Amino acid sequence: MKNTDVSELKKIANELRQSVIKMVYQAQSGHPGGSLSAAEIVTALYFREMNIDPQNPKWEDRDRFVLSKGHACPIQYAALAKRGYFDESELSTLRKEGSILQGHPDMKKTPGIDISTGSLGLGFPSATGMAIAAKRDGKDYRVFVVLGDGECQEGIVWEGAQVANKYQLDNLVIFVDNNNLQIDGTCDEVMPNIDLGKKFAAFGFEVYEINGNDMEQVVDVLDRIAEKRDSGKPKCIFADTVKGQGVSYMENQCDWHGKAPNTELYEQAMRELGGTL
Amino acid sequence: MDTKKIATRDAFGEEIIAQGLANPNIYVIDADIGKSCKTTNFMKQLPEQHLNVGIAEQSAVAVAAGLATTGKIPFVVTYAVFGSLRACEVMRQEACYPNLNVKIACSHGGVTPANDGASHQAIEDMGVYRTIPNMTVIMPADYYSAKKLVAEVANTYGPTYIRFTRDAIPVIYDEDTEFEIGKAKMIQDGKDVAIIANGDTVRLAIEAAKVLADEGISTRVLDMHTIKPLDEEAVTAAVNDIGKIITVEDHNILNGLGSAVCEVTAELGKGIVKRVGIQDQFGESAPYERLLAKNGITVEDIVNHAKSMQ
Ligand SMILES: Cc1ncc(C[n+]2csc(CCOP(=O)(O)OP(=O)(O)O)c2C)c(N)n1
Ligand SMILES: [Mg+2]
Repeated sequence: MKNTDVSELKKIANELRQSVIKMVYQAQSGHPGGSLSAAEIVTALYFREMNIDPQNPKWEDRDRFVLSKGHACPIQYAALAKRGYFDESELSTLRKEGSILQGHPDMKKTPGIDISTGSLGLGFPSATGMAIAAKRDGKDYRVFVVLGDGECQEGIVWEGAQVANKYQLDNLVIFVDNNNLQIDGTCDEVMPNIDLGKKFAAFGFEVYEINGNDMEQVVDVLDRIAEKRDSGKPKCIFADTVKGQGVSYMENQCDWHGKAPNTELYEQAMRELGGTL
Repeated sequence: MDTKKIATRDAFGEEIIAQGLANPNIYVIDADIGKSCKTTNFMKQLPEQHLNVGIAEQSAVAVAAGLATTGKIPFVVTYAVFGSLRACEVMRQEACYPNLNVKIACSHGGVTPANDGASHQAIEDMGVYRTIPNMTVIMPADYYSAKKLVAEVANTYGPTYIRFTRDAIPVIYDEDTEFEIGKAKMIQDGKDVAIIANGDTVRLAIEAAKVLADEGISTRVLDMHTIKPLDEEAVTAAVNDIGKIITVEDHNILNGLGSAVCEVTAELGKGIVKRVGIQDQFGESAPYERLLAKNGITVEDIVNHAKSMQ
């Protein structure tokens, strides 16, 4: 399924945002801010770029997706449901006992999750293992990763980066969701991520800077990257984003990192996103 | 018993300020979850004694070790799963081996980070740290004992791990009850069974003892807040006086309180122990009480074990 119509993708991103808000509201817990900032990235990957088969989630040749910033799983769950990995009614069970949708991604419980994450820093280095396996096994699948900018403060992120460089993982594409917010404040306040894009460049990545909430730019960069498939270098899409994008009171607000809206704010968010309650 | 409920992470947040005000060598090292671990006010009031190293728990412990070499008393503050497991080797090499005065103080102990799921539930932390020489390992049972034990930790030399609850738990003690590291607190004495518990499960032990009393079974309840160094005297006395012991903990039954008590009883060559705790399995997203129940950590389970031991 290659959906090339950008306006259609924008519509889907908006629908996924509504699902995120509804899911977190129903669970009365979860992480809306970082889910919303990654909505365009996740939409473009699941509805246009990735070679996947929702009927066969374990298909050996599928592209992989690793949500290294695992707390943002509501946006991935929304995408998986809409792509048909499981019924959309499951979304209302987020974080509840017995649910296939855990508080953080669980590859054993949720169809379509390629590896369990939630402890920051670990998903990306694990993704390098998947990319190495593709090369060793002569398979042409790619591995897509979404990292948080705060997450990049974990030392192991850079251990992953050096592996990606050494093994020339041109089949590995990482997105840095550069929203400049973490939990205790902005990244600038908590731990300045000086020249994060340049750091990945110094580690041997081809770095592409985009506005990660602009669907045209996300689609365009994925097209450019696809052309450089065999460049011998891992790719880093350094995506400037707004945490909480799409819900006015959540935008750029640290407090909406991991908090559920009450009924009034839920209804406001759904109105702003043009959704039905 | 007071029915007020307060999370012990709140007790930490309050007491660490008192300690910091009293001693300028007390430092807090946050790793981007200060808000949730209740150190925001410390940061505001004592900015010169505060650091936030970002989402980098290993760095936090290494920085703390360096600070400790200069006589400071750093508290690394994060969630239990990260402060024990991600940071573990750094703590072992840089703080335990050289016996430096580094403290790790963690919220979200046990299954209290319930709906976050297994990735955030710390069921191995106390056991892992118990295995490292020089370490002290503590989990307070309520708000007041948490405050007292934080003060003790701040004023007692040595590498230490202390964990708190995310969720509110009942207040058990009076404000002026005293606590000593390594010394069990006897909450009530009895002669038919001894329940040795710690942390958020002490409340269950107290409840179980009440139910048992109604059935004519008299229970000794011990709050074993420190699992290392273990109060071997208190365990030995329980074995000699009663001989039937139930341990209860919000932690894997492997290598935590239950294991520590078994080590003592096995070497004494007498007494029987039933361990109540996490059944060596990962958790899931679910309400906290349900996660306990799924592991047999309930008043009813404890009562049944006690009865079957009679
Ligand atoms: C190893 C580890 N340490 C701490 C946390 C707690 N935590 C969850 S989300 C978060 C902030 C993440 O910020 P960022 O990576 O920028 O993500 P985003 O802003 O996109 O939500 C932290 C510290 C964690 N999940 N894992
Ligand atoms: Mg961020």
